[in-house]
Amino acid sequence: MKADSNRLLLSGNHAVSHAVKLVKPNVMPVYPITPQTPILELITEFHAAGEMTGEIMTMESEHSAMAAAITASLTGVRVFTATASQGLLLMHEMLHYAAGARAPIVMFNVNRTLGSPWGFWPDQTDSLAQRDTGWIQYYCENGQESHDTTLQAFRVAEQILLPTMVIHEAFYVSHSMEAVEIATQDQVDAYLPEFNPPHRLDPQIGESWGNTVSQIMFQNHRRDMGDAMERVLDVAKKADQELEELVGRGYGIHEQYRCEGAEFIIVTMGSMTGTARDAVDELRSEGLPVGLLKIKLFRPFPVADVREILSGIPKLMVLDRNYAPGTGGILYQELKAALYGLEGAPEIHGYLAGVGGTNISPANIKEMVHSAMGEKPVAHSVWKG
Amino acid sequence: MGYEINEEKVFNSGHAACPGCSEALALRFILNTLGKDAIAVVPPSCIAIISGPQPLSSMSIPVYQTTLEASAASAAGIKRALISKGNNHTNVVAIAGDGGTYDIGFQALSAAAERNEDIIYICLDNEGYMNTGTQKSSATPSMAFTTSTPAGKLSPKKNVPEIMVAHNIPYMATATTGYPDDLARKVKRAMEIKGGLRFINILTPCLAGWGIPDSAGPKTSRLAVQSGMYPLYEVENGESYTLNYGPNGLSVADYVTTQKRYRHLLAEDIELIQAEVDHSWERLQKKF
Ligand SMILES: Cc1ncc(C[n+]2csc(CCOP(=O)(O)OP(=O)(O)O)c2C)c(N)n1
Ligand code: SF4
Ligand SMILES: [Mg+2]
Repeated sequence: MKADSNRLLLSGNHAVSHAVKLVKPNVMPVYPITPQTPILELITEFHAAGEMTGEIMTMESEHSAMAAAITASLTGVRVFTATASQGLLLMHEMLHYAAGARAPIVMFNVNRTLGSPWGFWPDQTDSLAQRDTGWIQYYCENGQESHDTTLQAFRVAEQILLPTMVIHEAFYVSHSMEAVEIATQDQVDAYLPEFNPPHRLDPQIGESWGNTVSQIMFQNHRRDMGDAMERVLDVAKKADQELEELVGRGYGIHEQYRCEGAEFIIVTMGSMTGTARDAVDELRSEGLPVGLLKIKLFRPFPVADVREILSGIPKLMVLDRNYAPGTGGILYQELKAALYGLEGAPEIHGYLAGVGGTNISPANIKEMVHSAMGEKPVAHSVWKG
Repeated sequence: MGYEINEEKVFNSGHAACPGCSEALALRFILNTLGKDAIAVVPPSCIAIISGPQPLSSMSIPVYQTTLEASAASAAGIKRALISKGNNHTNVVAIAGDGGTYDIGFQALSAAAERNEDIIYICLDNEGYMNTGTQKSSATPSMAFTTSTPAGKLSPKKNVPEIMVAHNIPYMATATTGYPDDLARKVKRAMEIKGGLRFINILTPCLAGWGIPDSAGPKTSRLAVQSGMYPLYEVENGESYTLNYGPNGLSVADYVTTQKRYRHLLAEDIELIQAEVDHSWERLQKKF
């Protein structure tokens, strides 16, 4: 049953703040950075107005924000923070530390270019560069999805005990205004059980964390983290379905758009997906068998699903709004690895499109599809604008 | 000072400190004064070695081992989580080395002081990065040998106690292991005062790093105070200064000549340090 409508005109960032308010974190360490700042500002406004309780910590750096987030989480309470770009990179040491500590922090990251030189533009390199830190990562394409996914993230993080990053891009999503359906408090209370972990920093319990371990203890701990990551795939699918039952909106951990009978699939992540949908519609109306696969859950990477979906498809075109000098597009690398050895694996065109925040239109994507259709792919990413 | 040390057994024997280590002694008085309703935060340092390794712990309270620069932020995160659950009684204490306090962790410490975080922060100051093999920190005093300043350090020790006082925190004290009753009393005082960051800097002579015999920790600690190198005092609310133990006629020469880290010093070098100490003492005395 769908609850009463609760639609507001919101920026992508404010859609996130509304989700955080409903989730009622106990501790929220914050630090400003464009284009994340509106997320924290609305949270502190809610707090000042008495609409949210909990401890706001106005930290002196993102490094300290993540340090405090970890210990607050290990003390057994729900924790949220948000960052972007340089702030995320400053946290890097603590991102690994959080995952190792199995601290189910939820953090929102707004993708922005990394200096130097300075820029403020949408580019996913900041969060993709954290792909090996042990954080679960979700990429969202609009404010509604960011709102709903933030709710899901708490559910998944707290069940799995791994920190979770929800991500959308600068400006295209963070500052664009759209009608967003806000979940109700009753829905969220029904969706998210209280977080009350049995293991926590508590003198009554006496457990500690972080002590030096032996080689094999370290290895076993890393294996446990890997096992937890594997469980994420099912838990995340379920968390999405359960939210859908309550609010009527679901996304899956990936989405196939018009893939029936497709002989060519475009693969995207984040805001580019909406543009690619338009391009697919136009290409389909031209009679071309083109579909779209959106990757939403990037960590853990849904390898088995992707192999199943893409088996027998002759050609893929991966669009990367990120760039790792020396290897190219990161989604492209991940897909090639995921499809390795698959019988009837598709040919893959890896295109760098929108790196640095340049605008990619449906027409640009159509052009790329046309040229990819007539070419053999090369073994590396190709710049497309 | 007439303070009777009252110990609740939290710090246990069998830990991995060098035999005779002043830090182990300091930890005994800190932890046994704090008691069992406490959570400790420890960054990489000799303290972490003394506290661990897994599955052993020398401390019968939860210990969170954090990263080198994050002690104050980590402690604040625990305290805020406790507050959010309505627990206002558990003491949260960060116990960090001088490198983790004066250098890499100073930004987080200053910020936690500015935010009035309700935590106790204790620096075990052995005047160098000892865990990594005696490199210079900004707590290393003038002209002392370290492996990264083999010709002697060219700048004086950073005055973190006064910098913390300038944050107008409710309590700042200096202490050292040669005066255990004074040290334990200061921990107790820090526990009594709530509602802000309480900072104690404890000078803990390091046997290997300073080049002193295993049995010389307490004596060296007392010489540091009596020579004026390290006066013991406390300050409440950034302005109310009390002297506990100051110089008593001994000279810098009496202090430095017992330590191998100073053995390259010439008589005129010692005079320069003496002048520095006299000057600092003159300035500090005006505040009592
Ligand atoms: C970010 C980071 N840089 C460097 C180190 C290496 N390291 C571990 S302990 C230590 C020295 C710490 O010195 P101090 O805080 O004075 O403690 P002590 O070893 O003297 O007890 C250093 C540099 C580290 N753990 N983390
Ligand atoms: S190196 Fe120094 S401070 Fe560290 S345990 Fe040994 S004596 Fe103590
Ligand atoms: Mg030290």
